[in-house]
Amino acid sequence: MAAIGLDRLSKSYGANPVLKGVSLAIESGEFLTLLGPSGCGKSTLLRIIAGLELQESGSVTVDALPVDGLRPKRRDVAMVFQSYALYPHMTVAANIALPLRMRRLSAWQRLPLIGRLLPGARATIRQIDADVRRTAALLEIDHALARRPGQLSGGQRQRVALGRAMVRRPSVFLMDEPLSNLDAKLRVSMRAEIKELHRKLGVTFVYVTHDQAEAMTLSDRVAVMLDGELLQVAPPQQIYADPSERRVAEFIGSPRINMIEARVREDGRVDAGGEMLTIATGLKPGAEVTLGIRPEALDLAPSIAPGVLSGMIRLIEHMGSDLYVHLDRPGQAGQLVARLHAERASHVAIGQTIRLRVRADQVLLFGADGKRIRPGDGSRAIAVSDAAEPVPEYMP
Amino acid sequence: MTAASSLCHSGALEPSRDAASMSSLRKRKLDDMLAATALTGPAVALLLTLFIFPALAVVVIALTDWQFGAKSLRFVGLANFSAVFADPGFRASLGNTLAYVAMVVPGTVLAGLGTALLIESGKSFRAFYRAAHFLPFMATLAATAIAWEALLHPTVGLVNMAFAALGLPTANWLRDETTVLPVLALIGIWQNLGFAMVLFLAGLKNIPQDLYDAADVDGADQWLDRLRTVTLPMLGPVAMFVVIVVALRAFEAFDTVQILTQGGPGHASELLLYTLYRESFEFLRAGYGAAITVVFLVIAVTLTLIQVRLMDSRVHYQ
Amino acid sequence: MIGLAHRRTRPAAIARHALLLVTGGLVLLPFVWMTSLSLKPPSEIFQASFSLLPGHWYAAENYHKALTVAPLPRYLANGVLVCAAILVLQILICAPCAYALAKLEFKGRDALFGLVLFGLLLPHQILALPVFILGYSLGLLNTYAALVFPFVVSPFGIFLFRQFFRSIPDDIVHAARLDGLSELAIVWRIMLPMAMPAVIAFSIFSVVAHWNDLFWPLIAVKSPDLMPPALGVAVFRSGETSTEYGPLMAGAVLVILPLMLAFVVAQRWFIEGLTSASLK
Repeated sequence: MAAIGLDRLSKSYGANPVLKGVSLAIESGEFLTLLGPSGCGKSTLLRIIAGLELQESGSVTVDALPVDGLRPKRRDVAMVFQSYALYPHMTVAANIALPLRMRRLSAWQRLPLIGRLLPGARATIRQIDADVRRTAALLEIDHALARRPGQLSGGQRQRVALGRAMVRRPSVFLMDEPLSNLDAKLRVSMRAEIKELHRKLGVTFVYVTHDQAEAMTLSDRVAVMLDGELLQVAPPQQIYADPSERRVAEFIGSPRINMIEARVREDGRVDAGGEMLTIATGLKPGAEVTLGIRPEALDLAPSIAPGVLSGMIRLIEHMGSDLYVHLDRPGQAGQLVARLHAERASHVAIGQTIRLRVRADQVLLFGADGKRIRPGDGSRAIAVSDAAEPVPEYMP
Repeated sequence: MTAASSLCHSGALEPSRDAASMSSLRKRKLDDMLAATALTGPAVALLLTLFIFPALAVVVIALTDWQFGAKSLRFVGLANFSAVFADPGFRASLGNTLAYVAMVVPGTVLAGLGTALLIESGKSFRAFYRAAHFLPFMATLAATAIAWEALLHPTVGLVNMAFAALGLPTANWLRDETTVLPVLALIGIWQNLGFAMVLFLAGLKNIPQDLYDAADVDGADQWLDRLRTVTLPMLGPVAMFVVIVVALRAFEAFDTVQILTQGGPGHASELLLYTLYRESFEFLRAGYGAAITVVFLVIAVTLTLIQVRLMDSRVHYQ
Repeated sequence: MIGLAHRRTRPAAIARHALLLVTGGLVLLPFVWMTSLSLKPPSEIFQASFSLLPGHWYAAENYHKALTVAPLPRYLANGVLVCAAILVLQILICAPCAYALAKLEFKGRDALFGLVLFGLLLPHQILALPVFILGYSLGLLNTYAALVFPFVVSPFGIFLFRQFFRSIPDDIVHAARLDGLSELAIVWRIMLPMAMPAVIAFSIFSVVAHWNDLFWPLIAVKSPDLMPPALGVAVFRSGETSTEYGPLMAGAVLVILPLMLAFVVAQRWFIEGLTSASLK
């Protein structure tokens, strides 16, 4: 159990900045995920925490003690690599035992053949074997202890990598996209196991992934990274429902959130490319704003109703109980994606023009700088009802 | 071809095997056969003439009493072989060769591995060091042997001058029967270490960085630990391969003996291939020389087959 | 790799350079000494003192002697001629065969490949005796042909080219056929250009091997104007000037110089070419 503090970490590869002053406080025992697309710097950040790479500026502390000068083996961290990095020439048992051997046996005791004859060695070795066996049993790979990694399946190798990390009982677990080499079904079951592992061990987990589903299901908090910057750190649900900026909203959520450029009108309504929507923005007339509307915030509107968006259907994706409908809006670039109930929307077809009602209370507002505009304090946010008539806005 | 094209025209390529389509199929196969024959003909003929028949001929000659220019030959069974193995000169040669290989192989492998590890351990001047150590392998051994002769000259050679200055014992390196074979082995190591080094360099490049990272995290971050935990085990297959390849080259050593010692003093530096050359082409003892050739062949083929086996198991290792 | 960049210490880096400079120096010593002697007059060569550079530059005399007493330019020219001839013939004969093995289906294909593999097993020295007899009976001995003919087919060349040709997509061959190219044309115009790395690697391997070959030329030719470089320098050494180290070294330097220069220029290709032979 250890809290990790990252203070303004920066690193560049040559002329390429990979981390731009990243600061983050990871709480002891929490499961924190670094989420972001490839190349955003999350793996580099993880490796800096591990001590495998050195930052150019900024510091890393573990339980408030700076560890920057310490080599990986002294930082009490364990790491699970994307490729597992199992030693191919050693058995599973030897792989898991290695960290213990390096720590508990002296260099003399580690010599082949004669090492175990030295005083104290045999007792330590027996202890190590017991620890290895226990860890293997926990991960259900004890039947494979005598095999080599090359003879194991992907899922088994993953467990061996976990075992090698766990056996030392480190205070921090670092995981670099550990599930990306597994097939989809295995990934889902391993996710559950990792979550269970965290619960059992209670140790700080720092997990790197580009997969939103993993981030959302596993984490206590998610840290969204893009282009070497930390955009937002919050519990998963908050990241989804309350993103701090446009880039976070666009990264999270599948299908992608719809972004519509709009302008606030004199009468308080919002002009979204020719169609008027009744949304409380708390902004002055003439202000430009970007509306972030998730596909599930759009419903099929009855044919005559104000405050709707309309467009021609270009593509329908049937997902079983839902339909994802892609629309072209006249005069607008980009398509609108809406999630509709399959039964209620069974009549829609490609080429049709349909009207979609917007759930105003679920609309996210973003300014020109990409930052989120939260409509002031609660009193300003007026939910627009399902009623067909427009409701007068509260003017600032 | 016309039958085929008319079939295409009609648009109906039915799977029914009527006579027209069958003969066009056969013609295509014939065309393919002709093409293949034309393309491979010269190579096949030459392979048979220059490799297969000669290989068989060597074995046959070894079993006869044929001499150069003789009109007839007689099968003498294994008489040539027994003569060869009874000859103290040949036994000395075989013994020398085995000793030579036993010196050259470990020396080359260790020197090659050492330089490869040193070069890879840093980023600067890699190409330069690699080139410098590879140069002996490229150079014409006949020419560099002469340079070695000058270095090893008993009075004005650099080696003896340096040794004398350092208080080390000097010797007439190439004329003293106790030192001549090790000295030739040294030249062999010198020539081949660049080759071993380059093979090891390729092997080192193939070790995934992830393994070193994992070793770091696991606590094996000192150079000796890294060597034992990751580098040497991962180089295992490459090392086995290098051993065989260097052994093959060592068995084929000839130039230095021919130019520097001619097998002397006495038989002290006589190596197998030199004996083969002498008997076959200077003394023109065909049957005898062929028997030696067969011995050489058996050794070489055995080593090559082991090499092939190793290549196969390398795939399974990963 | 071994040693993380940020953890390599100064002392370690210095030790590495020191060690490599020592081993490099030792390895290059024969070359340096050879060159040094080739520049010195006999008096300095046979004095028992050490100096790299000559007190009295004798380079012109030594090299002149080397070039005239022995027909060194002839030896070098022979080297060029013989290696070029061998290489050209090897490619002419091996490439089509490799193509057939890689891309065509015909009866006996596996048998042929087995033949090639068998050829790979045999070191060329064991074939010397019967090939010598063959050359003798054809009256080829002591001619340029004698130096060339045993090598015109190379099982290694066939193997290497086949390997490479196999990795070229079949569709390209089909497209070429549809375009009307004959099979032979496909080999020259499509396969070889696309397999350039293999061609370069093989060329280097072949040229180096035959430029440096002493064994077969020693057997096959006797007259000096046919001798390739390795044999030439060996003969030079055992000739009248055998005690004149100056010109002898100069001759040795001249013999190895072409390949050395080529190597320094195209280092990577040389290394890849020579090691691919063993990684077969």
